Amino acid sequence: MTLEFESKSQNESFARTVVAAFATQLDPTIEELADIKTAVSEAVTNSIIHGYTDTIGTITMHCIIIGNELVVEVRDMGAGIENIEKAMEPLYTTRPELERSGMGFSFMEAFMDNLEVESEIGSGTLVRMSKKIGRSQRRNEYAQEAGQKA
Amino acid sequence: MQDAKKQNKMNIEKGEEGTSYDINQRCLIIRLNEELDHHNAIRIREKADKLIDRYNIKHIIFDFSGAGFMDSAGIGVIMGRYRKVIFIGGKTAVANVNSAVDRIFRLSGLYKIIEKYDTVETALSIIQQN
Repeated sequence: MTLEFESKSQNESFARTVVAAFATQLDPTIEELADIKTAVSEAVTNSIIHGYTDTIGTITMHCIIIGNELVVEVRDMGAGIENIEKAMEPLYTTRPELERSGMGFSFMEAFMDNLEVESEIGSGTLVRMSKKIGRSQRRNEYAQEAGQKA
Repeated sequence: MQDAKKQNKMNIEKGEEGTSYDINQRCLIIRLNEELDHHNAIRIREKADKLIDRYNIKHIIFDFSGAGFMDSAGIGVIMGRYRKVIFIGGKTAVANVNSAVDRIFRLSGLYKIIEKYDTVETALSIIQQN
């Protein structure tokens, strides 16, 4: 599934809702859906605020499902990130005046299984993140079974 | 509560976008009725700050009963308001938080500085005792 949209903040809710709807075919738990929505919201907001700071550009979102894994790519052709390592540090932000908490990448890392960031100054940023769906549900079932046996 | 009329109680605005603001004595209650993301955060923080300054607000309660989703922008909104009232000894609290929002609060460590209550009424009575 590929979706292109303008880097306007009102599209943040649209983007995360679309990915959540796409992910429902994997029968995710409510918690997993919330995780995905948060991670997508962070990536898209980053593109809007940092990628296209004073301009409106195009954000391309690409989602695929491999087995029980959801892969989401969020790509912009904006400013790019100067220092990815620094950008990913918890609480680091270049936009404190916007009250950005500096937790965007931390949340993406926490809520998804895997996160990769590619970026080049002047050409844009690609965030690729993936998450195996249904795992926590199975873990709960195992825990319940174990509890019953004990 | 029987003295409600004597208290400085008012409903400031039924927000056209959903979020509304109530003031009870010097406590601002922000009743979120929309997802707390970057898009909505900008408007909420501007409105809240105006009210905090104009009505000499000391405490803030965020009511999440109408907000099922929040991302890191919400952390920014709450931290920012916390910073505005902490210097005058004010408290910041959240109420009616669902499990998704609760995870975000726990993960961010925000519960170290704000308090969580089941309902706005509980939050109000405890905060205003002090």
